[in-house]
Amino acid sequence: MAGDKTVETTGLLGWIDRRFPLTSLFKEHMSEYYAPKNFNFWYFFGSLALLVLVIQIVTGIFLVMNYKPDGQLAFDSVEYIMREVPWGWLIRYMHSTGASMFFVVVYLHMLRGLFYGSYRKPRELVWIFGMAIFLCLMGEAFMGYLLPWGQMSYWGAQVIVNLFSAIPFIGPELSLWIRGDYVVSDATLNRFFAFHVIAIPLVLLGLVVAHIIALHEVGSNNPDGVEIKEGPKDANGHPIDGIPFHPYYSVHDIVGVAGFLIVFAAIIFFAPEMGGYFLEFNNFLPADSLKTPPHIAPVWYFTPFYSMLRAITADFTWVLAVCSVLGAIALFFRGGLRGSWRIAVPVILVVLAVLLRVIDAKFWGVVAMGGSVVILFFLPWLDKSPVRSIRYRPTWHKYLYAIFIVTFLILGYLGTQAPNATFNLMSQIGTLIYLGFFLLMPFWSRRGTFKPVPERIVFHAH
Amino acid sequence: MINIKKLLGAFALSLTCSAVMAAEGGYRLDHAPDRINNMASLQNGAKLFVNYCLSCHSANSMRYNKLTEIGLTEEEIKKNLLFTGDKVGDLMKIAMRPADSKRWFGATPPDLSVIARAKSQNLGPSGVDYIYTFLRTFYRDTSKKSGWDNAVFPSVAMPNVLWQLQGPQTYDHVTIQRTEKDGKEAWTRSTASYDADGYAQVKIENLANYRGPEVSHSAFKPADAAKAAAFDNNVADLSNFLGWMAEPVQLLRKKIGVFVLLFLGLFLVVAWRLNAAFWKDVK
Repeated sequence: MAGDKTVETTGLLGWIDRRFPLTSLFKEHMSEYYAPKNFNFWYFFGSLALLVLVIQIVTGIFLVMNYKPDGQLAFDSVEYIMREVPWGWLIRYMHSTGASMFFVVVYLHMLRGLFYGSYRKPRELVWIFGMAIFLCLMGEAFMGYLLPWGQMSYWGAQVIVNLFSAIPFIGPELSLWIRGDYVVSDATLNRFFAFHVIAIPLVLLGLVVAHIIALHEVGSNNPDGVEIKEGPKDANGHPIDGIPFHPYYSVHDIVGVAGFLIVFAAIIFFAPEMGGYFLEFNNFLPADSLKTPPHIAPVWYFTPFYSMLRAITADFTWVLAVCSVLGAIALFFRGGLRGSWRIAVPVILVVLAVLLRVIDAKFWGVVAMGGSVVILFFLPWLDKSPVRSIRYRPTWHKYLYAIFIVTFLILGYLGTQAPNATFNLMSQIGTLIYLGFFLLMPFWSRRGTFKPVPERIVFHAH
Repeated sequence: MINIKKLLGAFALSLTCSAVMAAEGGYRLDHAPDRINNMASLQNGAKLFVNYCLSCHSANSMRYNKLTEIGLTEEEIKKNLLFTGDKVGDLMKIAMRPADSKRWFGATPPDLSVIARAKSQNLGPSGVDYIYTFLRTFYRDTSKKSGWDNAVFPSVAMPNVLWQLQGPQTYDHVTIQRTEKDGKEAWTRSTASYDADGYAQVKIENLANYRGPEVSHSAFKPADAAKAAAFDNNVADLSNFLGWMAEPVQLLRKKIGVFVLLFLGLFLVVAWRLNAAFWKDVK
């Protein structure tokens, strides 16, 4: 027929292909997407994040069928799901365990990016979309955590929303606007529910698609940080160090899925509370606006950032102010900044030092917490290392990464604990290490003796 | 290359730290006997719960006929456990209104549906341990409004509901505490002995050469050891029931879990071999 597109496929698939690029989409993203052959263990976590996203959406749909977003009914409706809804307990445990495992998987996925320089040119947008996903995920987790309407839900939300009131001038009105009431209440529960089940998931899905499209545009990085596109090609123009994603990596990822599901199921069926870290015990008490729990801690995946929030005390702003003045001096004399930047950046740092002492420390705590996440967005431009992968970096770089990881874990641990003098000091040191790791990256990442990067990836056949 | 071993090592480190922290402070909880698979114990616990707890405490998420899962028939539930006009499919609600109980006791008795989960501690003793210890550490104290106090939950509003089952006991509490006296460190030992009627003898001494640590030591002495042992047994059953009620599906959950893991283990092997088959020609 006139106007028909010529396609290779026949039958039903041909009918579709003449109207929708099904086969070509499948080829572009699966069967003819060439990924490097040398992916290792760390490359499981991308597909696992997608798996957990699907688990969260599907279980979430079933939870919404029985959950009541109402201050009077919410707590009991969760127990109703646990007891009366057929398999409701399984759905709920999958969702609650899924929330924590999402962060486990995403943290490991991000760490992989950090190790192998997967955010370096031309993959900056892959990283930025990924970071936007991480932000959405944090919002999604925070708002979702209010929904069971237990004590920790309630007071956690109270504490975090109150943080916004530390912002000068607009703070108090802003936090009131977020809550929709003077305290966390039914109004807050309803709007958090709306965001948790509709608004953020929509944005999240869009960002996931953008993340994958951007990745497939530039191609995957690999543990050697070598571009396979620049290596030799076969007769069809495909890189010979690459391999079609489907079937090779689809079957490979299934192994990862199986391993992940074993861990996931072990938690769901044998330790759904995970010792009080996935489901906090205090959250089995219904929310009570008159009874403040003695110790309020966010769920484990927020605790590293929460530690940094608590670390910023009035005394500690002196340390930060001194650090920024020293930074200003160093940048002015030895920073290698050109033109007006040479004046502007040190001036900004000095102003920052003054403001650190003028504005309330609570505000700077909020800035530190927010900044510790936002700073990750700039990673592609902070890292000046001549090689991508940690494999070819100087050994002392590896120690820096190790210190960073241990610091992050210790900050996470400290965030779960009630504060005391020793812990505060530890989290202040931890905050300096965390921020220093990134802010000083432009200086340390280019230094040291780098190992020669091979022309092609290192691959040992299985 | 920073490998997983290092990561795991760091995780293990942070976990052991928190375990040490959890063991600190407060009354040391006794370990409740594990009877979660013992239907006779759960049934006895249910009977005690309905008779002694379910007039002031509700269990709003719990239906009477859920007790069929611990081996009771609907007939037995109707005959032995339903006292008011409740139907066997009803929730375990109570007639007492929260506002009234607040006026009478000073606090509204909490709903007990999930109390055993709420009272657990991170990587520490379970809520069942808490309840098991709490219910056995009441002592008479004439200075309190209800005539009772509790070693685990000092100044608790709840009286010792089970006192007739327990029988009289005396309570000795020794603490050594650090105090500041005119800016100087000082240590005092206070010994409080409550007799079976709740009259206390309190002795406070200054310890001249003591240098820490702070000590808190409690000892209960029942008048009738046999009765106390029978009481402990009953409280173990009651705590066991509360632990079951906090998550009635837990027995089924673990049973299913075994099969799920077996299946997934098999799936892992198949996936692994499938992957190996696909990749065997990749050079």
